[in-house]
Amino acid sequence: MKTLTFLARQAPFGSSSAKSCLDMVLASAVFEQQVNYVFLDDGVWQLVRGHAPDGIAAKNTLAALQALELYGVDNVYALDESMSERQLTQAHLQIPVRLCTRADLGAMINASDVVTAL
Amino acid sequence: MIISVLVTGSPVSQQCAQSALSFCTAALASGHTLYRVFFYEDGVHTGSALTVVPQDERNLNSAWSDFIQQHQLDAVICVASALKRGILNNSEATRYQKPAANLAAGFEISGLGQWVDACLNSDRVVSFGA
Repeated sequence: MKTLTFLARQAPFGSSSAKSCLDMVLASAVFEQQVNYVFLDDGVWQLVRGHAPDGIAAKNTLAALQALELYGVDNVYALDESMSERQLTQAHLQIPVRLCTRADLGAMINASDVVTAL
Repeated sequence: MIISVLVTGSPVSQQCAQSALSFCTAALASGHTLYRVFFYEDGVHTGSALTVVPQDERNLNSAWSDFIQQHQLDAVICVASALKRGILNNSEATRYQKPAANLAAGFEISGLGQWVDACLNSDRVVSFGA
């Protein structure tokens, strides 16, 4: 088993990055690998509850975040400073995440076999 | 060392597909093995056989296609990314009743599982375009 770490860094609907990252996470989980899914920078917006992208003719692909637990993806993190810079707290999020510091993230990346940022 | 490469950026508007090709060329020249090159997101445009560039510019898509065939590399275009962007092989064009196929020689269309498999079987995975 390898440890695959994914860094979601883009806001959810301005590009296809958020969905592409989520698809990679789910594919890795299907292969029963150790997955770390980390939201940082504008990527923390992906976690926010109540997105209503119908108005911009987009599909709410992030509803699939709810499926992470089902896929066995338990290590979901948000970078604390990215959250606080945007005045977000756990109460704003659609799924529970663990907050991590930049030092935690560094250690996590260091302990990973593959790191993918999207 | 066994290396796999992920390309996520457009070959037309970003430098990453060229950087990836240069990296792969250098890796093979240094005696490393390329397990797989995986094209994802806008990177799948690299697999189009229909790009036309001005005479004084290099056709990067042709360069990739030639490189893949010359070294008999495993080069996979992500199916979900490809279909949305109109990159089709003959079977996908037939399946979706489209008027043409445009996948360049050397490339294959397959799923994200191929990328996870590459991660599991490579010593290093190097991303271009994120």
